[in-house]
Amino acid sequence: MSIRVPASRTAAAPMAGRLRTWASLLPVASALPARDAVAAFSFNFPEPVTPIARETLAIHNEFMLIITILFVLVFAIMVYSMMNHRKRPGYEAATFTAPTSRLQWFWALLPFAILLFIDFILMGIPAVNAIIEMEDTKTKADMVLKVTGMQWKWQYEYPESGVKFVSTLATPRDQINNAEAKGEHYLLEVDNPVFLPVGKKVRILLTSTDVIHTWWVPQFGVKRDAIPGFLRETWVKIEKPGIYRGQCAELCGKDHGFMPVVVHAVPEAEFIAWQDAQKARIAAAASSSERTWSKDELMAAGKDVYGKQCAVCHQPEGQGLPPAFPALAGSKVVNTPLLSADGKMVPDGHVDRVMNGKAGTPMQAFRNTLSDADLAAVITFERNSFGNQRGDMIQPAQIKALRQEGSKP
Amino acid sequence: MTAIAHPSGHHEEHYPGGLLRWLTTTNHKDIGTMYMTFALVMFFVGGLMILAVRAELFQPGLQLMQPEFFNQLIGVHALVMIFAALMPAATGFANWMIPLMIGAPDMALPRLNNWGFWLLPPAAILLTLPFMLALFGIGDGAIATGWTFYAPLSVQGGMGIDFAILAVHILGISSIMGSINIIVTIFNMRAPGMTMMKLPLFAWGWLITAFLLIATLPVLAGAVTMLLTDRHFGTHFFNAAGGGDPILFQHLFWFFGHPEVYILLLPVWGLMPHVISAFSRKPTYGYTAQVYSFIAIGLLSVVVWAHHFFTAGMPVPALIYFMFSTMSISIPLAVLFFCWIATMWRGAMTFETPMLFAVGFIVLFGIAGLTGLVLADVAADAQYHHSYFVVAHFHYALFAGGIMGVMTGVYYWLPKWTGHMYSEKLGKLHFWLTVVAFNLTFIPQFFLGLAGMPRRIPDYALQFAEFNAISTVGAFILGLSQLLFAWNIWACVRGGPKAEARAWEGADGLEWELPSPPPHHSWETPPVIR
Repeated sequence: MSIRVPASRTAAAPMAGRLRTWASLLPVASALPARDAVAAFSFNFPEPVTPIARETLAIHNEFMLIITILFVLVFAIMVYSMMNHRKRPGYEAATFTAPTSRLQWFWALLPFAILLFIDFILMGIPAVNAIIEMEDTKTKADMVLKVTGMQWKWQYEYPESGVKFVSTLATPRDQINNAEAKGEHYLLEVDNPVFLPVGKKVRILLTSTDVIHTWWVPQFGVKRDAIPGFLRETWVKIEKPGIYRGQCAELCGKDHGFMPVVVHAVPEAEFIAWQDAQKARIAAAASSSERTWSKDELMAAGKDVYGKQCAVCHQPEGQGLPPAFPALAGSKVVNTPLLSADGKMVPDGHVDRVMNGKAGTPMQAFRNTLSDADLAAVITFERNSFGNQRGDMIQPAQIKALRQEGSKP
Repeated sequence: MTAIAHPSGHHEEHYPGGLLRWLTTTNHKDIGTMYMTFALVMFFVGGLMILAVRAELFQPGLQLMQPEFFNQLIGVHALVMIFAALMPAATGFANWMIPLMIGAPDMALPRLNNWGFWLLPPAAILLTLPFMLALFGIGDGAIATGWTFYAPLSVQGGMGIDFAILAVHILGISSIMGSINIIVTIFNMRAPGMTMMKLPLFAWGWLITAFLLIATLPVLAGAVTMLLTDRHFGTHFFNAAGGGDPILFQHLFWFFGHPEVYILLLPVWGLMPHVISAFSRKPTYGYTAQVYSFIAIGLLSVVVWAHHFFTAGMPVPALIYFMFSTMSISIPLAVLFFCWIATMWRGAMTFETPMLFAVGFIVLFGIAGLTGLVLADVAADAQYHHSYFVVAHFHYALFAGGIMGVMTGVYYWLPKWTGHMYSEKLGKLHFWLTVVAFNLTFIPQFFLGLAGMPRRIPDYALQFAEFNAISTVGAFILGLSQLLFAWNIWACVRGGPKAEARAWEGADGLEWELPSPPPHHSWETPPVIR
């Protein structure tokens, strides 16, 4: 998708962009930079970069040709009839209601024989081959990527290396609210893109933690639902390095339109280097849960986590969007005691809610997506922000201990 | 509401005047008129919702509304258009026309008929009430899951979902009662000599529709009831953690949802041959073939449902089965196209408004059928699915197929209903504006889908901006030109040149043997068919 957007359509010229949009409504857009306006009109699938996408595009082109021919043929006959078989003096309408002779039966049945051939042979055989190839997820897979959809972000996990991270929309809210010029990759940019090596068959496992999402990168030609409680699978073998962008395709609630997919396809060496860097980052995060953090450190880190993970629903100032998304400012849950007297988790308390979520609502269990340090930081931040003045804090090491308690007391 | 301006000579039967007349009426024409009026009003309600959506999508960025409200508008738009506009319009036709066309004095079960209609307004209120309640700070608005209610999103949602579930229940009961009435009427009240194979095709189309409704609506009712118990009574039908399966909901929903497409279209396919034959001044071609095609489509429609969620993942044999069974619907459908065009062939055609709409219907519905054929292909469907390509496809099916088909019938029978001719000039203007604006709206959506724009998003990436802007302009022209339709109907009800019993030169059928408008009781003495 990225390749379809010329570099000049960037934040530098928001006004020109608007003008082009208007200009494109005119039959001749030549008065304004027409090249860009035309380049933005794409009439077919974006450039395919996987075997499946190539096959899908070939099938699509073939089918479009077939149905265009059918359309033109059938309606040419109808238009001919409309031009010539009109009421006029001396013209008598025919009265036939069915084929009468053998020859007429032949001509009446011929279109259906052709249609049967088109359906089951011309279109059917390539389609069956493509299905079998598309569903062949297991043979000769070089690696596995696990994709977990959650409202409204994607979590990626590489089971072989243990690398795991969450990828969320990076487009600033001000761009969405038109307070700021829109960037080149408006709504199709993320904080942590997923990396995949080119030329390797990647088996992709999909699931979800809340509602059904759909993982879709148009240039890969695959689209598969992520279903809570079940694993679905598909595969990609990217043939060309590049940055590929897609979106969630199944309505999944409020921010369905704001959970993009960005894949960096890189040569294998580069992929390994990236993976090693990720491992180092995870190790650093793990060791950070051992040391004792100062409250200022927790508050600073917590503000950052809150902005990325929580502000979408609970809003930047903690005011929420009631009744679906309660306010954190003055919240009953936030203002529960941090831990019970014996240092255990308070059922339905603040820590429990952040770590384990609330069933039947979009509030998810962040124990699965956030590190000990992130959890400690964001909980501390929430208890001491938006007018909440609990004054207390929780350490990453305490979170680590609480994780051992199990998901629910 | 003066559509039924009966000649005073027909007041031998006493019925109350004013509002009470409409509340208590058991007359098939009164009830038909109420169905049609209700459908027209709801057509504008649903249309306003989608114009708000298109306005939001005119430019990238959030302009007019927040995503939550956007999601409510798209879902309620679909529910209103399907259940409160298109289905009541079809039932309105059935009420008005079936007794006239088969030589019956009225529908077989007149009280049931009245009840069936009067369930609709409460259902429509239930569907839209959450919008109003949200204005007063109660609840968080209407159903925001799209019209498909997919679990678990619908388990998570607010009370708008409960309102929608109850509305669907009521609408379903109303449709089932209408269907029972139509089946009983067709089976028992045909004029002497009218065998089933002499039944007008419109009645045949509705007969299959009625059976499909009775077969599939209870499944929808079951599915949404399971949803209701999942939401409030601790069951886990659609929750994997409790042993359930979210995809079960999709199977149940589309077991209803796919036949629903044909429920909306069969009445239109039924009325089309009458119109084409009338304006071609030539008898319907291939009557028997069309009857068997209706039956075949009805049967096939209940065994193809899973093509609505190929991307949910299913075993390869299932994918192949659902692909080929879906493709095979193209055969009986092609028979219908063949018969429509063969009816025109070597006729003596004129192009009054109903014929224009019929021709427009054939061409545009042809696009729906052909794109449906490619959508059936699982591999290509992976690209089309959940994208604007699908949105464009089903609007060609349900607007160009369904709604333009209804307009064909309205213009065709309006002289019969009102006793007046409508303005042909306005009708033609309405047709051309509708066709041009419709294509302006939906052709760009095919390309948006191919380029990769998912459906049901309130904001989009910059490369989709141009086509969305064009589509929005088209949608507003389309919406505004429907005011001509409403005005033309209103003017025709109020007055106009007197319509003859046989309002169209080439029209054939029992309904044209009665005066326009027909007497209060249609056929007190049944005609004899030879």
